[in-house]
Amino acid sequence: MHWERQDMSASRTFRVLPGFRLTLGYTLAYLSLIVLLPLAAVFLKTASLSIAEFWNVISAPRVVASYKLSFGMSLAAAAINAMFGLLLAWSLVRYSFPGKRVIDALVDLPFALPTAVAGIALTALYAKNGRIGQYLDPLGIQVAFKPLGVLVALVFIGLPFVVRTVQPILEDLDTELEEAAASLGARRWQIFRHVILPVLLPALLTGFALAFARAVGEYGSVIFIAGNIPMVSEITPLMIITKLEQYDYAGATAIAVVMLVVSFALLLLINGLQAWTASRTGRER
Amino acid sequence: MAGATTLNWAGAMQADAAVRFESREATREAPWVKWTILGISLTFFAVFLLLPLVAVFIEALRKGWGTYGSALVHEDALWAIKLTLTAAVIAVPLNLVFGVCAAWAIAKFEFRGKHFLITLIDLPFSVSPVIAGLIYVLIFGAQGWLGPWLADHDIRIIFAVPGIVLATVFVTFPFVARELIPLMQAQGREEEEAAIVLGANGWQTFWYVTLPNIKWGLLYGVILCNARAMGEFGAVSVVSGHIRGQTNTLPLHVEILYNEYQFAAAFAVASLLALLALVTLAIKTWVEHRAGGGNRSREAHQDAAS
Repeated sequence: MHWERQDMSASRTFRVLPGFRLTLGYTLAYLSLIVLLPLAAVFLKTASLSIAEFWNVISAPRVVASYKLSFGMSLAAAAINAMFGLLLAWSLVRYSFPGKRVIDALVDLPFALPTAVAGIALTALYAKNGRIGQYLDPLGIQVAFKPLGVLVALVFIGLPFVVRTVQPILEDLDTELEEAAASLGARRWQIFRHVILPVLLPALLTGFALAFARAVGEYGSVIFIAGNIPMVSEITPLMIITKLEQYDYAGATAIAVVMLVVSFALLLLINGLQAWTASRTGRER
Repeated sequence: MAGATTLNWAGAMQADAAVRFESREATREAPWVKWTILGISLTFFAVFLLLPLVAVFIEALRKGWGTYGSALVHEDALWAIKLTLTAAVIAVPLNLVFGVCAAWAIAKFEFRGKHFLITLIDLPFSVSPVIAGLIYVLIFGAQGWLGPWLADHDIRIIFAVPGIVLATVFVTFPFVARELIPLMQAQGREEEEAAIVLGANGWQTFWYVTLPNIKWGLLYGVILCNARAMGEFGAVSVVSGHIRGQTNTLPLHVEILYNEYQFAAAFAVASLLALLALVTLAIKTWVEHRAGGGNRSREAHQDAAS
């Protein structure tokens, strides 16, 4: 970072490369027009509500039930993804097995597959007569059109976030550290617990937070499998849609403000976690 | 937000990096541990990722190729394909130009608030797609700020194609920029400065020096951007109004068919989108393979960080 700072003062006095004003100007104009001004509209629109009205909208029982479902299931899904995502990343980095490259490529499927397609596919699988549902139903486990369905969809959506943040850190690990620990008599589990996990932890938490943030806002894959029963299986983004369909723009916007505030807080948290990852591993974000 | 989607230049292509760990006593587990971990992780992969993908194609062909074909050549499906392509053809180039501009300004120059600007560019990834649709309804909708003026001039944005394009532009906004900014920061500006000193103008410098250096990152960003543009559901759903044969993109068409219990047809259309996803992943893997000059690029990253 030191030379960059010196360089900064130099380039401020004399810039060799052209196009600074043009590209920065265009960037700021386009960013404002497409993203910032429309997002500001959400906050301006809520200003048309009084504080009491705003509070009534965002604390209505049906909306609160949707927060509980959305945040609860997103946390659970992110936790499941952190656990299995770590195992999957570990397998992909540490073991060789047939079909590994195809599996590695397919881990990104939830990024590439349109959410509506994932939604109807999961619903078909987990319905009572579906390929997975038919085995769960006799056990008394119903997934589709129940809150559990929301969890399944969110696990699908979030998995690559954990795998893709943990995988590069695992690849970068020096074998020397583990060898040193082993030569000093540490068991394999102790090495994992005291040598590998501390290095992985920031990346694992980043992956967890990314999966959580994505899950909270997710809509397409969830609405097909959730059943959307008021007070039971309605997610918060669906509440916005419901208000919009009733032409209650102010109400929809009030809920959107709550979600945006949560999203921005998560964004700050993730930026912090990524900085922590970088400092722990000496790796650039 | 895009942290996980950006290109891991040195990662996936080291095909047998696992040997590094498996060949040493200190870095490998007992066989039963290894097989347990592999078993659990691959079962999880199969159940949560592979099965849904396979299910799309099985369900699509459940009633035979005849039904499959007729679902795809149906008038409404063809219109949805056309609209989806239109939205992508407009949104991807717009965000491509933006991504290159933003990366040039951020990577080649120093100015205050740079980190904040990068965070702002990432914003659309952390906003729920439903909110991405909502913001344009608030501005251009019948009750929105510009609504009355637009109605007077007979311009339709919400429940029409422009709204769909706008929502698509928003949700795919950061893809190219996110890919190019770290890449161009890592490459520094010496090569461009040399070109300028030797008498090239700005455009020549970009075309002959910068572009060849960033082409794989650019392609990578464009592919991901395109996949999202064609597959977006939530944001487009809010602004489209679901008018058949007019404002239905492919994902929305899937929803309509599904809600009408035309499951085979819904999955047939969905299989097109699943194929698109598979092609996207194939090209993405190929780009990673081409771009991954092994550890070379990783060293460049570390140089820039130190």
